[in-house]
Amino acid sequence: MADEGRQLAIASDAASQALRPDVRSGRRRLPLAWLATVPFFAYTIAFLFAPAASVLVGAFQDQKNQATLSNIRLLFHQPYIAAYKTSIEISLVTALLGAVLGLLIAYAAIREGTPKFIRATLATFSGVAANFGGIPLAFAFVATLGPLGIVTTWLRNAGWDPSEHGFQLYSKAGVELTYMYFQLPLMILVIAPAIDGLRKEWREAAANLGAKQWQFWRYVGIPVLMPSLLGAVILLFGNSFAAYATAYSLTSGTVNIVPILIGAYYTGNVLDNPHIAQALAFGMFVVLAVMMLLYLPLQRRAARWSK
Amino acid sequence: MTFLQLENLHRDFGTVKALNGIDITIGEGEFLSLLGPSGCGKTTALRLVAGFDRPNQGRIIVDGKDVTNVSPNKRDMGMVFQAYSLFPNMTARQNVEFGLRIRGKNRTARRGRADELLELVGLSHAVDRFPHQLSGGMQQRVALARALAIEPRVLLLDEPLSALDAKVRVQLREEIRRIQLELGITTLYVTHDQEEALAISDHVAVMYGGVIEQMGTPSEMYTAPKTPFVAEFIGTMNRLESTIVDGSTGEIEHAGMRLRIDAARGRAQGERVLVLVRPEALELAASGKGVSANGNSVAAEVLTQTFLGPVTRLKMTGGLIADMSTARASALPVGSSVVATVPAADAQVLSLPDDAPLLAAQDPDGL
Amino acid sequence: MAPSAIVLLLLAATYFIVPLYATLAFSLKKNEAGAPCCTLANYSWVIHNPDFWHTIKISFLLALETIVISLVLFVPTIYWVHLRLPRLRPVIAFLALIPFVVPPIVMVVGLLRVLQGTPQWFYGTPWGFLAAAYVILAFPYMFFSLDAGFRAIDVHTLTEASQSLGASWPTTLIKVIVPNIRAAALAGSFLALAIVMGEFTIANLAAFHTFPIFLQYVNESAGFPAGALTLLSFLITWGAMASLLLVGRRRRLGLGANIAGRR
Repeated sequence: MADEGRQLAIASDAASQALRPDVRSGRRRLPLAWLATVPFFAYTIAFLFAPAASVLVGAFQDQKNQATLSNIRLLFHQPYIAAYKTSIEISLVTALLGAVLGLLIAYAAIREGTPKFIRATLATFSGVAANFGGIPLAFAFVATLGPLGIVTTWLRNAGWDPSEHGFQLYSKAGVELTYMYFQLPLMILVIAPAIDGLRKEWREAAANLGAKQWQFWRYVGIPVLMPSLLGAVILLFGNSFAAYATAYSLTSGTVNIVPILIGAYYTGNVLDNPHIAQALAFGMFVVLAVMMLLYLPLQRRAARWSK
Repeated sequence: MTFLQLENLHRDFGTVKALNGIDITIGEGEFLSLLGPSGCGKTTALRLVAGFDRPNQGRIIVDGKDVTNVSPNKRDMGMVFQAYSLFPNMTARQNVEFGLRIRGKNRTARRGRADELLELVGLSHAVDRFPHQLSGGMQQRVALARALAIEPRVLLLDEPLSALDAKVRVQLREEIRRIQLELGITTLYVTHDQEEALAISDHVAVMYGGVIEQMGTPSEMYTAPKTPFVAEFIGTMNRLESTIVDGSTGEIEHAGMRLRIDAARGRAQGERVLVLVRPEALELAASGKGVSANGNSVAAEVLTQTFLGPVTRLKMTGGLIADMSTARASALPVGSSVVATVPAADAQVLSLPDDAPLLAAQDPDGL
Repeated sequence: MAPSAIVLLLLAATYFIVPLYATLAFSLKKNEAGAPCCTLANYSWVIHNPDFWHTIKISFLLALETIVISLVLFVPTIYWVHLRLPRLRPVIAFLALIPFVVPPIVMVVGLLRVLQGTPQWFYGTPWGFLAAAYVILAFPYMFFSLDAGFRAIDVHTLTEASQSLGASWPTTLIKVIVPNIRAAALAGSFLALAIVMGEFTIANLAAFHTFPIFLQYVNESAGFPAGALTLLSFLITWGAMASLLLVGRRRRLGLGANIAGRR
């Protein structure tokens, strides 16, 4: 066995010399090696960049394909501006709420003292639930909190009619509540590794030096988690902002958010100017890009103590 | 004067008895090491003292007060962990200041004390670095400074040097001892490295299987081990399983040979004992030229020679090990026949109960 | 266990379980108002609905097509990047985040325009247009899965050993590399399966008749059977996920066994 090992070592040594002559000769052989990645880039250009670019370009074109800003200007009027406002609001609410609650739930499941099976169950469920959404989720919430939903009926029988107190599932609030069903699991999945990274030694050292629980979180725990928290909030925001199917199915396309507005151009009879849809999509781009730009310096600052 | 006392500590984890009745007293300003292999309970004991765990039975008393049920953040002890304990989001200085910050000290006071301690551990030049920018040795120095910054009553160290390189380990252990003596702080030190424990402690307690096998000064532990485990664990020993032939003269029988051992006197005939001889106590000479096995000598053949730096270690038939200067060892090459003389007065004798936890044929140096 | 943790986890469990229970309850309801529980008539309706089988088949085959194209496209590329172009890796990782800024709702708008000139067999069938889009949707998940798989093995040594023993590139790739990243590829594939089986946005705007489209149609038109259908679609998603977990668990043993068994 040792002989085979030695033979293999000699062979792979020789092979590495043969296979990497460019390293020895110092000459760069990049051009040929890049060739193999052509199919991949060709594909992403054709089906990712080109469509993205066409949206960017189309947003600034009128129906005669002339350059114009009229589509963009239109976005600042109703109902478009309201749609952006609602979309951003829903996304911020579900992102921040999802982040805070998700962190608390994940920590509750991971912390010492909690049986291991709880964490495993939560992880499994989160993996499944994060990919939930869309039509099935909308139906599940209708079955729960819709006019004939089991919780609605149960509350009504107990004497408290939700609709009399202003609650409507087919509304912005309903959408937010439903979105939490995939935002929370996503947050749990994303933040769990970061929570694992909180070493037991830090908590013990902090306690040893006299810190109470909240002092540990304030001086060590949250600062250490902050880069991951910021990333998670951005992820949740984007996830919510771009969501279409859930809101569509829940409200039959009536809630005024940007994706639904875009969808209406293709599924409804409103197909007069496709460039409006492209301008709306461009607007989404801008919002998401702005979030990324806000996130980057914050992230750098939060992580300045790390590698 | 007793400052820290561990009284009859028991700790069970399910059916496993991690600590089975530990009693330790440490005087003020004293440095005591808990020494033992993995799983012996030493870290468990330390964590009980620190407050990260509660004993099933027993008490911990500091300066006369029972702290067994006091939460860890109120015990006023400083702890240095094995690794990774520095807060990654703070610089070295901020780490050291942390305890003072919690105690509400103002900025100038904090900074002054932190700088003072970082200078004490030799890191004045690195105060603004983050932990990931510090080497392992430097991180542990910061951890030490941080633990000392709050002027704790007791200093606890949990294998602080295990994760470091050998050279750094030797350097740092001397510094820890120097600082400890300078500050006069009562210290409890946990390690599995017997050389480390012997080098820097006032007292050493060897633990195995949740109990203390023996406690004493380093010199006592080395020259007069009281149990077979301690004899094996501290340093290297020649282990000769023997039977008492004559208790009045101290004659014993080992592997067919008769030897006279002073320490064997007074024992009953037929008793099974373990005769322990340090490698450096064994005298070797090449056989032939009028030298042959007689008196207290055993005939053997050299099997291996290992160069250890300061000495060369010879292993021989019969499980015998001898250390000698490299020059002398060159005269006894592998394969040569030798005569090993067992010094009658320089051997230990221990009873050999049937269930003695012997480290059978174990070689701590891996040689 | 800390009381705050117990309360929190119970609340979370309630929030997650109640809607599922509600779906089950609805699926078992009789179609007359106020009637007492339980009937399997809704399930029967679903199972006997030809559209159900038709659309499930389309979605499933679409998923398989997406997976195959993804693997064929991404595995060699990521392998090559790990082997020869390590500096390209961050570029590709960055690309894998683009679908985040170009979500399906935006992508479909662009795709419909850009691909307008393509032949009908591509533009008008799910096997062309949809599959092409779904490969991009699955790309981030595939990439992170495969990337992790490649990082876990020593690509250089395996390749060099294989080549020194006389294997050609294709043989090396298929017989040496692929078996070693099998678990990662399977994990990515199951994620892709879940994504395709649940994708609604692009299919809806591009007017294709996939399983989620059918789900929505039933939602809008037939109340209680929608419950049965929803539950069935849950089970399908969970089936994919469960397989992923099984594969994941075997991966930890499999990788070790591979290395040990390889002499």
